[in-house]
Amino acid sequence: MVERELKKRTAPQKEEPEVVEDAPSTNARGEKLKAEIDDILDEIDEVLEENAEEFVRNYVQKGGQ
Amino acid sequence: MAIAKVLGAETEYGIQVAGNPDANPTIASSVLVNAYAAEVARRVSWDFEDESPGRDARGFTVDGAMPPEVETHLANTVLTNGARLYVDHAHPEYSTPECASPLDLLTHDRAGELVLVRAMAAARQAMGVGEEIVVYKNNSDGKGNSYGAHENYLVDRAVPFARLAREVTAHLVTRQVYTGSGKVGCEVEGGPRAAFEITQRADFFEEAIGLETTLKRPIVNTRDEPHCDATKYRRLHVICGDANLAEVAMFLKVGVTALVLLLVEDGLLSERDLVLAHPVQAMRAVSHDLTLGEPLELVSGETITAIGLQWELYDIARKYAEDRGLAELGPEAVGRELLERWEAVLGGLESDPASLRHQLDWVAKRELVDAYCARHDCGLEDHRVAVLDLQYHDMRPARSLFARLEMDTLVPASAVEEATTTAPRGTRAYFRGECLKRFPASIVSANWDSIVFDVGEDALRRVPMMEPLRGSASHVDTLFDGCGSAAELLRRLGA
Repeated sequence: MVERELKKRTAPQKEEPEVVEDAPSTNARGEKLKAEIDDILDEIDEVLEENAEEFVRNYVQKGGQ
Repeated sequence: MAIAKVLGAETEYGIQVAGNPDANPTIASSVLVNAYAAEVARRVSWDFEDESPGRDARGFTVDGAMPPEVETHLANTVLTNGARLYVDHAHPEYSTPECASPLDLLTHDRAGELVLVRAMAAARQAMGVGEEIVVYKNNSDGKGNSYGAHENYLVDRAVPFARLAREVTAHLVTRQVYTGSGKVGCEVEGGPRAAFEITQRADFFEEAIGLETTLKRPIVNTRDEPHCDATKYRRLHVICGDANLAEVAMFLKVGVTALVLLLVEDGLLSERDLVLAHPVQAMRAVSHDLTLGEPLELVSGETITAIGLQWELYDIARKYAEDRGLAELGPEAVGRELLERWEAVLGGLESDPASLRHQLDWVAKRELVDAYCARHDCGLEDHRVAVLDLQYHDMRPARSLFARLEMDTLVPASAVEEATTTAPRGTRAYFRGECLKRFPASIVSANWDSIVFDVGEDALRRVPMMEPLRGSASHVDTLFDGCGSAAELLRRLGA
């Protein structure tokens, strides 16, 4: 069996050179994403359904395609 | 030969009555649809003349197969945007009008969400104290029951169905890496209970090809119900996708699939034989593989990852687009945007999936679930995580977790709002929608391929619409211009 090598991609060739903004490093971006999700978690408890176990047990969906 | 891709999406929403766990979901669905029809839209009935869900595209009847029955007694309406809002078994279902581009379809799928939001609000006064109908745009109850988000694509009837099925299957299996809406808890018997998987639906697919939609679900559904001229067209009914809330995921799901069908129609996939050796196992393997690196076996003996297979399709598609354009997908900008987004998402999946957290449902949900577990020091089996999973899809704006995740958008809110009442301009849905808007009192019923008028004569008059692209704004706007009544419209049509 031949193991296919995962292809490495290059950006498509552009006719005009584009000004590329400095992309934030993966680390910095990761930190930003984490901070964002943290903010959401700070507020989430007030919208989450109470009595989680009962709520989940009651969610039954029959007769779907 | 490649033909214009007329597209639609049919979404069954999950439903429950908060405050009354024993409520009958079929009745709740009817209350919801009727409330919207009575309060927000004027009711025009659906016409069942054209329904034949048991017809098989392979040209034979399968022994023991159970074609779905058409239920005619449940709430059923057609809206001025050309869509159908109705009760399908125990779920409310929204079928978008026919769209001439994936961007139009995205707009109308989102409009459907808004219709359901308004239906929930309209239904509030019909409910008892402390009860509220709540709908969810997802595909699983986490207990082994699934409900569908189907897509449909107009394809050239001249393409043999067996070839179509053979060549599209690998795409339907591997596109899951960006179409998945994420799920906590595997629903395959004997599978890991508390694991995160990429899709809601993959666990429910047991066959490669077949007519069923409610049990032994097949990756390629053979329902042959074109709702138009059956000598020229097929309407490929795709049942294996997830319902998407993320706009980029929805756009890619329908856009790339439409593009792959162009490649199939023009024979581009016949040479490079991208056929999976075990499609059903691969469907689940891709959904369960968060490393995105699982090798899938092809009939040629090669192995390839889901992303690798998508890159193969991308390369063929990009060259195809460079050679002859993608006019069948609508305005030029749509095809261009599609290729750019497709490439960017495949690249992101390869290098850092978390970077797609504002674009793909499964990535956004996974980030949220992981962060929640870390903060509360709990595992995926925790009931609160199950609530999180469900509530990602909650359609109540105040309760929706999706709404808090600030996902990237592709269509302006104003276009979605307009699409709740106005049909897309590029297909016969425009004629249907405009007729319903202008002459509601003269329309008895409507369906995908005809409208029945009552203009006060002895007989009702049926206007057939067997060509999905005829009846667009450019065809019929002059017909409507200065037309004061349905009787006048029929005279102008020469009907």
